[in-house]
Amino acid sequence: MAHDHAIGHDDHEHHAPPSGIMRWITTTNHKDIGSMYLWFSFIMFLVGGAMALVIRAELFQPGLQVVSPDFFNQMITLHALIMVFGAIMPAFVGFSNWMIPLQIGASDMAFARMNNWSFWILPVASGLLVLSMFVPGGAAGTGWTLYPPLSIQMGMGMDLAIFGIHLLGMSSIMGAINIITTILNMRAPGMTLMKMPMFCWTWLITAFLLIASMPVLAGAVTMLLTDRHFGTTFFNAAGGGDPVLFQHIFWFFGHPEVYIIALPAFGVISQVIPAFSRKPLFGYASMVYAIAAIAVISFFVWAHHMYITGIPLTGQLYFMYATMVIAIPTGVKVFNWVATMWKGSLSFETPMLFSLGFLFLFTLGGFSGLVLSITAVDILLQETYYVIAHFHYVMVAGAVFSAYAGAYYWLPKWTGYMYDEFLGKVHFWLTLIFFNMTFFVQHFLGLAGMPRRVPDYALQFTEFNMISTIGAFGLGISQLLFLYIVLKARKGGVKATTQVWDGAEGLEWTVPSPAPYHTFETPPVFEGGKH
Amino acid sequence: MSQSASHYFVPQPSHWPIFGSIALLLMANGTVLWMNQIPSGKWMLAGGFFVLLTMLFGWFANVIRESEEGAYGKNVDISFRWAMGWFIFSEIMFFAAFFGALFYIRVLSVPDLAEGLSGEFLYPDFTSAWPSAGPGFKEEFSKMGAWGLPAINTALLLASGVTLTWAHHALIKNNRLHLNIGLALTILLGFIFLLLQVEEYAHAYTDYNLKLTTGGYGSTFFLLTGFHGFHVTLGAVMLCVILARTLKGHFTPEHHFGFEGVAWYWHFVDVVWLLLFVLVYWL
Repeated sequence: MAHDHAIGHDDHEHHAPPSGIMRWITTTNHKDIGSMYLWFSFIMFLVGGAMALVIRAELFQPGLQVVSPDFFNQMITLHALIMVFGAIMPAFVGFSNWMIPLQIGASDMAFARMNNWSFWILPVASGLLVLSMFVPGGAAGTGWTLYPPLSIQMGMGMDLAIFGIHLLGMSSIMGAINIITTILNMRAPGMTLMKMPMFCWTWLITAFLLIASMPVLAGAVTMLLTDRHFGTTFFNAAGGGDPVLFQHIFWFFGHPEVYIIALPAFGVISQVIPAFSRKPLFGYASMVYAIAAIAVISFFVWAHHMYITGIPLTGQLYFMYATMVIAIPTGVKVFNWVATMWKGSLSFETPMLFSLGFLFLFTLGGFSGLVLSITAVDILLQETYYVIAHFHYVMVAGAVFSAYAGAYYWLPKWTGYMYDEFLGKVHFWLTLIFFNMTFFVQHFLGLAGMPRRVPDYALQFTEFNMISTIGAFGLGISQLLFLYIVLKARKGGVKATTQVWDGAEGLEWTVPSPAPYHTFETPPVFEGGKH
Repeated sequence: MSQSASHYFVPQPSHWPIFGSIALLLMANGTVLWMNQIPSGKWMLAGGFFVLLTMLFGWFANVIRESEEGAYGKNVDISFRWAMGWFIFSEIMFFAAFFGALFYIRVLSVPDLAEGLSGEFLYPDFTSAWPSAGPGFKEEFSKMGAWGLPAINTALLLASGVTLTWAHHALIKNNRLHLNIGLALTILLGFIFLLLQVEEYAHAYTDYNLKLTTGGYGSTFFLLTGFHGFHVTLGAVMLCVILARTLKGHFTPEHHFGFEGVAWYWHFVDVVWLLLFVLVYWL
C-alpha cells in the first residue's frame, strides 16, 4: 500500500522522545503521562496537606490564634477541592494510565494525544484554585460544596473556583472516555471482560460514573455562575428558585463522586491482597457485580447529605434505606477480601500492610457511614466532627492507603528497583498511628457536639483537638518519608525481577522491570483467567 | 488495511494539547476578570479563544491527515465510536442538570413558595402557576408559546435530520452529488434554525418582557434554549467542516466515521430540541 511509509513514519518507528521538558509536555506515552499524574497528585497532596495543617494549627487551642476566620474558611474549601480533585483522583488516574494498558496487553491508551491534554488541563485548573487565594476577597470560603446563598455572595475567588471545577471536569471526562474506550476496545485477544484484572473492572465502572456525574456538577456551577453575574434565580426564592436545588444537583454529582474515589481504591486492594495471600481473588464474579451495584445505587442516595434541609419524611425514609442498601455490596467486597486471605500463605510487605490498614479502617469508615445514614442520628450529627471523622476514614484510610498500597506494589515495575522495605514499613506504621491519632478522636468531638468549619470551639473540646492536631502534624511529616523512599528507589537499590512479587498475577508482570518505554506493541495472547 | 487487526495507531508526541491548556487558562482567567468588571479580561478571553481555534485547526488537521493516510484501522474506528457515544452521553447528563432544575422549580419550589408557612406569612399575594418568575418579580411578562417560531424550528430540525440521513445513505452508495447536496441542505436548515432562534430571543426581550432575569421561568428558558442553541452552532460548524471535507473528496463508503460522529451529534441536538419543545415551550 502506498500509505505504508506514512504509517511507519508516524507510528511505529521509535525515535527517541524529545528531550528535556518538551518530552513531558508533548508526550503521548501512557507511562510518561501516568508518571506525571502521579507526581502531580503527590505535589497536590502536599499542598492540600499543608492547608489541612493550617486548619489543625488553628484548632490546636480554642480561640483565634493563627489565621483569621475568613482565611480559615478558605483553607477548608481549598483543602477539600485540592485533595479530592487535585490529589486523590489524579493519583488513581495515574495508576490507570500506567497499569491498564499493561494489565490488558494494549500498546497504549486509546487516545494518546487526548490523554496528554487530560493531564495538562490539571495544572491549569489547580493553578486557578491556588490563584484564587491571591485575588481581592480571597478564595471561596464556602466549603467545597459551594452552597448558595453564600457562594452567590463571594468575590471573584469564587469565579476562579467555578472555572477551576469546569476544567477539572473536562479533564476527568476526557480521561474517563479514554479509559473506558481503552478497556472496552483494546484488551489482548483472549481477555474477556470477566477475565480482566479487578483494577480494570473498577476503572471501567468508575469511568462510567465520571462521565455520568461530572457534567451534572458542571451544570450546577454554571447555574451558580449565572446566578452570580447574569441575574438568573435558580437558587433564589424571590425568583421562584431554591438554594436547596443546588444541594440536590451538587449531591447528585457528589455521592457518585465518593465512589469515583473509592472504586479504584477497591481495585488496587483487589490486586494486592491476592498477590500477598498467594491465592486468586475470592469471588471474582461477585466482586464485579458488587462494583456495578454500588455504582448504580450511588445515583439514588444523594439526599442523605441533606436530611436537615426539610425534605419530606417519606423522602428521608427512602434515602435512609437506599443508603443502607449500599452496605450490602460493600460488605460483599470486604468479605471477599477476607476470604481471599483465608488459608492463604500471607506475607506482610508494605503494600499488604497498607491493604490491611485499608481493610480495617475503611470498614470502620463504612460503619460510621451507616450510623450517619440513619436519619434520626444524622439530624444530631450533621455538620459535626463526626462527619469529618467518617469521611476521612473513607478518603484517607480508604483512598490514600490504597494509593500507597498500589504505589509500593507497582513501584518496582516503574523504577526497576525494589524500594526500601524497612522504610516502607516505617512509613506504614507512622501513617497508621498518626492517622488514627488525628481522626479517631474526632468521632468523640462530633458526638460531643463540636461543629465543623468553625475556627473556634468551646473549652471542653480542647484535649481531643490537641491530640488531633499533634496527630495531623505527625501524619503530614511522615508523608515526606514516602517521597524519600520513592526518590531512593529511583536512584538504585536491589534490582527488581520481572515478576517482582512471587504471588502477583497479570500481564504487567510479564514485561521487564522497569517496564520498557513501549510495551505490547503486538498484543500478547492472554491465557490466564484462573477466576 | 490488513495490518489493522493486530496493530493500533499511537500518535507521535504532539504540542497541540499544551496549546489547548494555555487557551483554557487564558479563557478562564479572562472570563473571570471580565465578569468582575476588569476590562483587560475581554482581551485575554479573545486571545485564549484565538489560541483555542489555532489548536483545534492544528489538531484536527493532524487527525484528518492521519485518517486520509489510512493510519486508522478498524480498531481505531471502534475506539472513535465508543468515545463519541460516551461523549454524547456526558452531554446528555449536562442537559439533564438543567432539565432537573426546570422540573424542581416548576413542580417543587414554586408551589412550595405559595403554600404552607411561606405562602401564609412571607408571600401572601403569591399564587403558584407556571410560568412563574417567583414572588419577588413584580413586572408583567408573557410565556413563549409553542406554536409560533418554536414549532417551525421543530420542523426545521426534524427536516435537517432527514436530509442528513439522506446524505449518509448517499455516502454509503458513493453518490457524492447527493451527499454534498444533503449536507449543504442540513447546514442551511441548521442556520435558519439559529436565525429564527435569534429572532425569538429578540421577541422575548422586546415584546414579551421575557429576559434572563425573569425569575425561574426566564432562567430555565434561556439557559436551556441557550445551551441548546450553542450546541446547534457547534454542530453546524462541525457539519461545515464535514462538507468541506466531502467536497475535497474525503470519506469512502466503508470509512467515514468523521461524518457519522457529526451525524450522531446532530441527531443528539435534535432530540434535545424535541424535549425542549415539549417541556419548555409546550407544556
